[in-house]
Amino acid sequence: MKLKKTVLLGAIIAGLLGSSLASANEEQFIGLPSYRVGPYAAGGSGLFGGWIDYMQLVNERDGGVNGVKLSWEECETEYNNARGVECYERLKKKGSTGNSVFQPVSTGITYSVLEKVAQDKIPMVTIGYGRTDAADGRVFPWVFPMITTYWSQASAIVNYMGQKEGGMDKLKGKKIGLLYHDSAYGKESHAIMDKLAAKHGFEVIKIAVAHPGNEQQSQWLQIRQAKPDYVVLWGWGVMNPTAIKAAAKTGFPREKLIGVWWSGAEEDTIPAGPAAKGFVAAGFNVAGANYPVIADIKKHVYGKNKGNMEDKTRVGSVYYNRGVVHGIITVEAIRKAQEKYGKGKALTGEQVRWGFENLNLDDARLKALGATGFLPPLKITCADHEGPGKVKFQQWDGNQWKVITDWVDSDRPLVRGMIEESAAAYAKEKGIKPRDCSKES
Amino acid sequence: MQFFIEVLVGGLLSGVMYALVALGFVLIYKASGVFNFAQGAMVFFAALTFVGFQEVLPGWLGLEADSGVVFWLAFLLAFIAMIVLGIATERIVLRPLVNQPHITLFMATIGLTYVVEGIAQMTWGANVRGLDLGIVDEPIAWLMDNYEIGVSKFDLFAAGVAASLVALLALLFQYTKVGRALRAVADDHQAALSIGIPLQTIWRVVWAVAGFVALVAGMIWGARNGVQFALTFTALKALPVLILGGFTSVPGAIVGGLIIGASEKLAEVYVGPFVGGGIEGWFPYMLALAFLLFRPEGLFGEKHIDRV
Repeated sequence: MKLKKTVLLGAIIAGLLGSSLASANEEQFIGLPSYRVGPYAAGGSGLFGGWIDYMQLVNERDGGVNGVKLSWEECETEYNNARGVECYERLKKKGSTGNSVFQPVSTGITYSVLEKVAQDKIPMVTIGYGRTDAADGRVFPWVFPMITTYWSQASAIVNYMGQKEGGMDKLKGKKIGLLYHDSAYGKESHAIMDKLAAKHGFEVIKIAVAHPGNEQQSQWLQIRQAKPDYVVLWGWGVMNPTAIKAAAKTGFPREKLIGVWWSGAEEDTIPAGPAAKGFVAAGFNVAGANYPVIADIKKHVYGKNKGNMEDKTRVGSVYYNRGVVHGIITVEAIRKAQEKYGKGKALTGEQVRWGFENLNLDDARLKALGATGFLPPLKITCADHEGPGKVKFQQWDGNQWKVITDWVDSDRPLVRGMIEESAAAYAKEKGIKPRDCSKES
Repeated sequence: MQFFIEVLVGGLLSGVMYALVALGFVLIYKASGVFNFAQGAMVFFAALTFVGFQEVLPGWLGLEADSGVVFWLAFLLAFIAMIVLGIATERIVLRPLVNQPHITLFMATIGLTYVVEGIAQMTWGANVRGLDLGIVDEPIAWLMDNYEIGVSKFDLFAAGVAASLVALLALLFQYTKVGRALRAVADDHQAALSIGIPLQTIWRVVWAVAGFVALVAGMIWGARNGVQFALTFTALKALPVLILGGFTSVPGAIVGGLIIGASEKLAEVYVGPFVGGGIEGWFPYMLALAFLLFRPEGLFGEKHIDRV
């Protein structure tokens, strides 16, 4: 009997020890479909480097999120849709609770897995790319095109032009060139620019550039002939430096060439050399290493030789900081979800989705994270999966990006109206009944 | 009219840039009958190696980064790297495939593309680099002021380089012993072998010369758009040039380049707006296809006659 009791007690102690050990070893898995080789490797290595460094910072400095260490695995997509889907499938069951979140960093891959994420109950976060109307969370509960969408960006760019001209009414009669990558990504700008042109009375001159965009002489001759007041550069990859150089060649002022956030990185300006001086670009994150969060990464991650970037001079670059933004949003959503589902626990994708949908990065929280001014304050709700829709504008001074504005708003009522209209059409086509957000908790 | 001339001249000068890349294809095709799919990757590899050495040499030798010594030493080292790549390709890829069907060799060069791209990025990293050749890409002021025609100084410089390269290659082919051997190999491998021409040496020479052409093309394209992976896409611009000019003709590459360059720019400017624009990407291919119907061997290519 005594022996039986001892064995039972031993088993209980072992069980308790085991469970506490298991708790101490809890890990939250994040699958990273990265692209470090291939045509877009230069941007990919910076973005995923920043993202991983931030997660490493949380592990090293804080011991994880409430004690839950972050773990991750990269899967190389080469920015290719088929590989992206393969990576999605490969990563979704990894980790003790499966993949917490899928962030494809590719509009093509986003579309390819749009329906899969809902079936697998894995939230998909598309920061600054992807399907714009997915910002309507009632129709797309599993997709989060956060911070700002392409439509908000286009609207903010027009607002910036209005500011420069001394008022939105001054845009009447102006000509705005839209030099776009001839792809679904580039054409995403058309509808919103047409609406804005009708509202403010300017003319949009749309000029397509065939992929990859390494030859733009004819486009810039057309621009010279049309004499626009501004040109919006909606480019990607080699198209950007080529456009900047061609602008210089045709004498178009770089201060009036406004790039989107996929045109406004060091990778776009450095190859253009002195021609890029004065070029302006929008961004939902800024460049620079003078932020406490970056200082912490240098201290706690690079100080321990655990940094991901081979070229440390890129820490603080546009793509690197964008990766840090991805890291912040992911970690904060996990932290938020733990408040509901239990601190110190590894969560499922479904639980993390709730964290994204209730994310609130206000000024105080951004300050605590050392990221004031680094990204705009962000509040996500059941209906609004986008958030602020704001951008800052940066100007290339010949050596680095300098922030030249505060956060510039988009035309929220116009953009939101378009989002809801488009999402409703999608819901009708797919037979989706939009969620009633008043019933969500 | 001025605008038309500007588009036309700009197109012709762009065509020369395409021809620079096409030359590399022609050289290898002439000597070995292989369509070298890896030519675009070689352009990327060469340019990246050049700027890579430009970055590391000042540290190694304690020289100023913008000194002429660094430039020419980097050029020399990049050329040596291209020769080594050419020899390695002959040894590892081509030699085991002697007497295999051309399609096998072609497939091997597809594999080679990935290897070359991978080695380049593994060695020098994936960062995008600028490349300054000291020639500004701006219009000639005199033409602009007097006729309002913008012709880029850089494009003219590129045209001069291409013309010099063609002259150099023509001299090499016509007046040197190696050149005669190259032509003999191009005409008939077996006949060349039977009179004692070392096929493997010739192949190594050809790949090295193609490497040199890739280096020059890579530097010019790199100076224009930055040294980045997109340099591999320059091969896409060279394909219609080859179809038009013929795979075996050096002058054909130049003439083909001029026709493609001029026609794609004129089409983009004058036809593009009616069909939504962005036709530059596919228009040269359509033109080349139409051309194939009437002259399958290209403008200057050798007519292929089979005995029945």
